[in-house]
Amino acid sequence: MQAQTLYEKLWSSHVVHVEDDGTALIYIDRHLVHEVTSPQAFEGLKLAGRKPWRVDSIVATADHNTPTDHWEQGILDPVSRQQVETLDSNIREVGALAYFPFKDERQGIVHVIGPENGATLPGMTVVCGDSHTSTHGAFACLAHGIGTSEVEHVMATQCLLQKKSKTMLIRVDGQLGAGVTAKDVVLAIIGRIGTAGGTGYAIEFGGSAIRALTMEGRMTICNMAIEAGARAGLVGVDEQTVAYLKDRPFSPKGEQWDRAVAYWRTLHSDAGAVFDCVVELNAAEIKPQVTWGTSPEMVAPIDGIVPDPTLEKDPVKREGMERALQYMGLNPRTPIKNIAIDKVFIGSCTNSRIEDLRAAAFVARGRRKADNVRLVLVVPGSGLVKRQAEAEGLDKIFVAAGFEWREPGCSMCLAMNADRLEPGERCASTSNRNFEGRQGAGGRTHLVSPAMAAAAAIAGHFADVRELA
Amino acid sequence: MNPFRKLDGLVAPMDRANVDTDAIIPKQFLKSIKRSGFGPNLFDEWRYLDVGQPGQDNTHRPRNPDFVLNQPRYQGAQILLTRDNFGCGSSREHAPWALEDFGFRVLIGPSFADIFFNNCFKNGLLPIKLDAAEVEWLFAQCLGTEGYRLSVDLEALTITRPDGKAIPFNVDPFRRECLLNGWDDIGLTLRHADKIREYEARRRIEQPWLFA
Repeated sequence: MQAQTLYEKLWSSHVVHVEDDGTALIYIDRHLVHEVTSPQAFEGLKLAGRKPWRVDSIVATADHNTPTDHWEQGILDPVSRQQVETLDSNIREVGALAYFPFKDERQGIVHVIGPENGATLPGMTVVCGDSHTSTHGAFACLAHGIGTSEVEHVMATQCLLQKKSKTMLIRVDGQLGAGVTAKDVVLAIIGRIGTAGGTGYAIEFGGSAIRALTMEGRMTICNMAIEAGARAGLVGVDEQTVAYLKDRPFSPKGEQWDRAVAYWRTLHSDAGAVFDCVVELNAAEIKPQVTWGTSPEMVAPIDGIVPDPTLEKDPVKREGMERALQYMGLNPRTPIKNIAIDKVFIGSCTNSRIEDLRAAAFVARGRRKADNVRLVLVVPGSGLVKRQAEAEGLDKIFVAAGFEWREPGCSMCLAMNADRLEPGERCASTSNRNFEGRQGAGGRTHLVSPAMAAAAAIAGHFADVRELA
Repeated sequence: MNPFRKLDGLVAPMDRANVDTDAIIPKQFLKSIKRSGFGPNLFDEWRYLDVGQPGQDNTHRPRNPDFVLNQPRYQGAQILLTRDNFGCGSSREHAPWALEDFGFRVLIGPSFADIFFNNCFKNGLLPIKLDAAEVEWLFAQCLGTEGYRLSVDLEALTITRPDGKAIPFNVDPFRRECLLNGWDDIGLTLRHADKIREYEARRRIEQPWLFA
């Protein structure tokens, strides 16, 4: 048989029907649902008098609008509260395999709770009305974000209309330096291929540096595949994948576990499989990364400088850089390390898992945030992550360093709740998007790893975590 | 969904690359549980000088006179010229909802982000990819000619310029058919309900753990 890529294996095992022009009907195994992109879909279903096709494919949670402090007060913003209550009532009416509502001990960011509950399994197709669904591809499942019309389509038919993507392999070989993390790798990748570099592709991440990452690190990388333009990111199954999933609540058990694992072990690209595009990076050359602009591709190493737009030849790019620098309040050629910050956000579906919190705590231990830093928010990705972190005493390290230890949710990644930047405030953030206004109107976001965010909190400006003894 | 066949419309230029869906419709408006009413908040942070809130009356808010869609010459525009990677970022379908609600029916650009591109077709909005040189030329014409209009014909797959020249474009045949007829995807898919059930039955045997 011809050597196949992982993407081709996942695709061909889910095709239900193909139209003449190649548009395929793809079966969906797991449907993750949150409060922001689902209400119109539930309403559409109801108005059309349709029933969900397979309720036990749905795993739901409230994450975008939920507050991260004073849970005893509930959700104060009435518009946010209505959206969360609408999800409550929709799930009550329709049902789900699992629902983790606001305040539930397993509530959290949808892309954190799926894997940690074993609701994301290799070989699945996973969708959610959320672009960061690409995260789940770390488990060798075909996972991507969809719009609300498609949320309704999946509820009604258990399928999605799709065109097959092209395939890209990003191979990162070699060993990452100390203090260099998965976040730095993916920012370096986006810096290389650009925010539209992966458009039309499913990206598989491979090579020895990816193999060496934990599942948390692989999730961070796949999470930001969408920031490179690719709907789906993928990593093949290996022993780490299997070990991570063992004994999770929704993982298969007993004889089914053995059968599942035997199948999962086939979920990698075959030797000699041909990709439409291959990009190679040397892990040893990757330094801690900091974005300086308003697109994730506007990124520089920590020892670099803010670039000078006058050196850019492409006029559209040059104008984009000038606009970004104006919005960010930065001058060309400023050393990245000289950029002072006002706030720090450690959290989001990119970097809120236990390993991320450990990395931040390792830097914060025995230190204190700089006086010019007004707020350092640490927001765990889920109730389970929070509990684990507290069992390890990480919360105490953060509090002693002057950081705030909060309740789980999406929080200041997109500022739909009360956690946000004020106009002009500058933030070192472990989230995924540095778009204008993303963390609050007028706010200025610099994307970094959790260790680099903690280092910036301590120094009051960006600092090279490798130089902290 | 409203069908789309032909449109002769005024063109407005959105002359920046990587316009993300956060810019198209900021997060605070995503708290709505409705599908309509997003037009007044399209490009909210660029269009107004204050910070908008959901449920607010937008008619008296201070407008940014420099923002392209606030300029008198582009009032009533139905076709938006865009740059590379328009619609990147968040999957929020509120972005096409806002564009459509504002009055746009056609977007013309060199490239669009995947999820956004897909979402447009579900809402009677036609995104057209043209090669970069052609888009560059249209930008120059649009910026240089007040009242610049284009005529878009989805049946013929052509954009006709004021000088009479027709530019051909491509749309997936299946998507074109759906848009021309205003078909509901779900209804179309449910014609294959037997195939879906068959597939499901087979999977239940092969991979029972997916149905636990």
